[in-house]
Amino acid sequence: MAAAVNPTSLESAPRIMRLVAECSRSRARAGELRLPHGPVATPVFMPVGTQATMKGITAEQLDALGCRICLGNTYHLGLRPGPELIQKAHGLHGFMNWPHNLLTDSGGFQMVSLVSLSEVTEEGVRFRSPYDGDETLLSPEKSVEIQNALGSDIIMQLDDVVSSTVTGPRVEEAMYRSIRWLDRCIAAHQRPDKQNLFAIIQGGLDADLRATCLEAVPSSRTEMTKRDVPGFAIGGLSGGESKGQFWRMVALSTSRLPKDKPRYLMGVGYATDLVVCVALGCDMFDCVFPTRTARFGSALVPTGNLQLKKKQYEKDFRPIDSNCTCPTCQKHSRAFLHALLHSDNTAALHHLTVHNIAYQLQLMSAVRASIVEKRFPDFVRDFMGTMYGDPTLCPTWATEALASVGITLR
Amino acid sequence: MKLNLTKVVNGCRLGKIKNLGKTGDRTMDIPACLLYTKTGSAPHLTHQTLHTIHGVPAMAQLTLSSLAEHHEVLAEYKEGIGKFIGMPESLLYCSLHDPVSPCPAGYVTNKSVSVWGIGGRVEMTASKFMAIQQALQPDWFQCLSDGEASFEEAASIKRARKSVDRSLLFLDNCLRLQEESEVLQKSTVIGVIEGGDVMEERLRSARETAKRPVGGFLLDGFQGNPATLETRLYLLSSVTAELPEDKPRLICGVSRPDEVLECIERGVDIFESFFPYQVTERGCALTFSFDYQPNPEETLLQQNGTQEEIKYVDQTKKIKTTSCNQEMTSFEINLKEKKYQEDFDPLVRGCSCYCCKNHTRAYIHHLLVTNELLAGVLLMMHNFEHYFGFFHSIREALKSDRLAQLKELICRIVLDTSAFQLLTAAVSQKRLL
Repeated sequence: MAAAVNPTSLESAPRIMRLVAECSRSRARAGELRLPHGPVATPVFMPVGTQATMKGITAEQLDALGCRICLGNTYHLGLRPGPELIQKAHGLHGFMNWPHNLLTDSGGFQMVSLVSLSEVTEEGVRFRSPYDGDETLLSPEKSVEIQNALGSDIIMQLDDVVSSTVTGPRVEEAMYRSIRWLDRCIAAHQRPDKQNLFAIIQGGLDADLRATCLEAVPSSRTEMTKRDVPGFAIGGLSGGESKGQFWRMVALSTSRLPKDKPRYLMGVGYATDLVVCVALGCDMFDCVFPTRTARFGSALVPTGNLQLKKKQYEKDFRPIDSNCTCPTCQKHSRAFLHALLHSDNTAALHHLTVHNIAYQLQLMSAVRASIVEKRFPDFVRDFMGTMYGDPTLCPTWATEALASVGITLR
Repeated sequence: MKLNLTKVVNGCRLGKIKNLGKTGDRTMDIPACLLYTKTGSAPHLTHQTLHTIHGVPAMAQLTLSSLAEHHEVLAEYKEGIGKFIGMPESLLYCSLHDPVSPCPAGYVTNKSVSVWGIGGRVEMTASKFMAIQQALQPDWFQCLSDGEASFEEAASIKRARKSVDRSLLFLDNCLRLQEESEVLQKSTVIGVIEGGDVMEERLRSARETAKRPVGGFLLDGFQGNPATLETRLYLLSSVTAELPEDKPRLICGVSRPDEVLECIERGVDIFESFFPYQVTERGCALTFSFDYQPNPEETLLQQNGTQEEIKYVDQTKKIKTTSCNQEMTSFEINLKEKKYQEDFDPLVRGCSCYCCKNHTRAYIHHLLVTNELLAGVLLMMHNFEHYFGFFHSIREALKSDRLAQLKELICRIVLDTSAFQLLTAAVSQKRLL
């Protein structure tokens, strides 16, 4: 791949990102986001609390784990309890009593995940509510209006999302429409001083389309990076595409995105993917995986995961991870969690949710420290060694992706 | 272990149990409730969230029904159930059954009693029972007993007699086995008073059990619906009159505030706290006042509150949950109701629990409507704290001779409940016509 030439943004958008350190080999960066509800160290993993709650753990527990930013979902919250009520409750922060930062997505992803209930036109997305059958139109204006009412620190543009497995003209249509919708979102945004609107780079798995979305094309007005936004998300990935295609689109995107603005890779959360994509130059991540898998009895560890419901853990009196500092690992054994998971006491799920969030946050902390201390490539090698037993057993796509930014695993 | 009575007022005992626990330095004030647990954990709560609650009882209740099937694991673990569940500092009492989930009848024999866990039935002879207790190492445990005489509507004298005979036999066997075990010496056996609804058998059970070297007594067979307790209250007084003053009296299956007071008046000291759990499972929050000496302003506010709750017209649904099958009481409000959608007050004004200090009724309503797990967590935190506060107020009221005021307060709420349930039934019937 040719050496990346990162343009600096052409406008005076708010600079919310401060770079603290950069890896001299790869594209990894350590930084700090300056957001209305406090600073956030990057790279950062943002847990997903879809409906104004982090799935069974309290705001106090989440704060104690060191989380400083998490997600809410505009589609869900827009339906229940609705923006008017949340506004009365002093925004989403007030409603769920979360003192730190919130990022809301636009509702766009639900187009893909709830596609049987939706219809996309230039106007917006028409949804049929799964709860009462009512029809709602989610337009760029409506999405921003709801997010303004929610008051989240980072809001996302409404993008025309297509599944990464879709090919053909629909992908191109969606890419251009996303740019038009970005402009409509920027125009509709009532609170640019309080809420940071991020653009979302689309283009599916087509390098040309992605590049078009990103790159300067003299005669066209299609350059997303020229838009006056404080940050960029890389969207349309983390669906059913192959990992080989996935990493190439991430790398292409980061090579063309401005250095001085945060890069948010949406929907990425497996540990290996996080480490590789940090190497490729991403700063922010979100994924339901850690919290969802916890509710199925799966605990994340440096070597993968433990399916604690299985009989092999019945008499395992060790904690999930002896190096983990989370409350679950401080107090409980795998054997106890195994027994509790086989009961109907929901506490079992909460123990694992706490641990899995701690795992993700501790991982990001460790990644960041290694970048700051100029030993990120060694960290990556250690990480892969622990996860796969031997660096050479690391999945091919990851090895290739890392090699592309100068990190070898031998 | 030593029980010192501070005073006895109208049959109510106020006191302190000293020298509890493995190190012998823990104390417990009575009347008291036990922390209700399921499989060794407070429902919905981790160690972190449990310890945000004020007034958590010194002693937690474990149920053999949830733990018996883990016998092998605990035997291999060797260090006892307290450490295994992450509560090494707590005093532990192990009951046979879970007060919330009734177990099928007909499985008690002369030689064994069965409990029902997730994996099915676990049958225990006296030796198996004691082997399990040896692995658990609780501070107190309910002795193996036959509690089925009280199951049938009109249990025969024969069945009542059998329950007493069997229970005494189990007790003697277990005590003998305890003598042979060094580990079990450190645990206290709680003798179980049986006898169904037959006065003679109840008295025999009390007198005979009291002769044995037990550390306390469990009054079994008084549970059921509110009506059945009513009719058994006279039995309860007669039984406790036969028991030594200096040993604690526990009762199982009784947890509603009004029933608790009735039993305290009849000499009971220790109760289970499963009522706040049942309230939580039906999406409700305890709001009843136990402030028996409010200032005049508060009284006015509370009266207005009570008026609010007596809105029978829109409360025509019987609330049944899979685990509880109990009806909603007037001790609580139902957060699922639409009227709480925009209510930004805490569950109870002035409550110092985590939920009331941090969240609103509107938020809890939203969590319930969207089926979010956090609803159970926050409601459990509030309901436990409220309930433990109630027990604290009982002790304070006894100390200052104001229990009559507290009782009056609670009885007024109960009258609302009965009237409310009668009216609910009437309205439902009318709807069916």
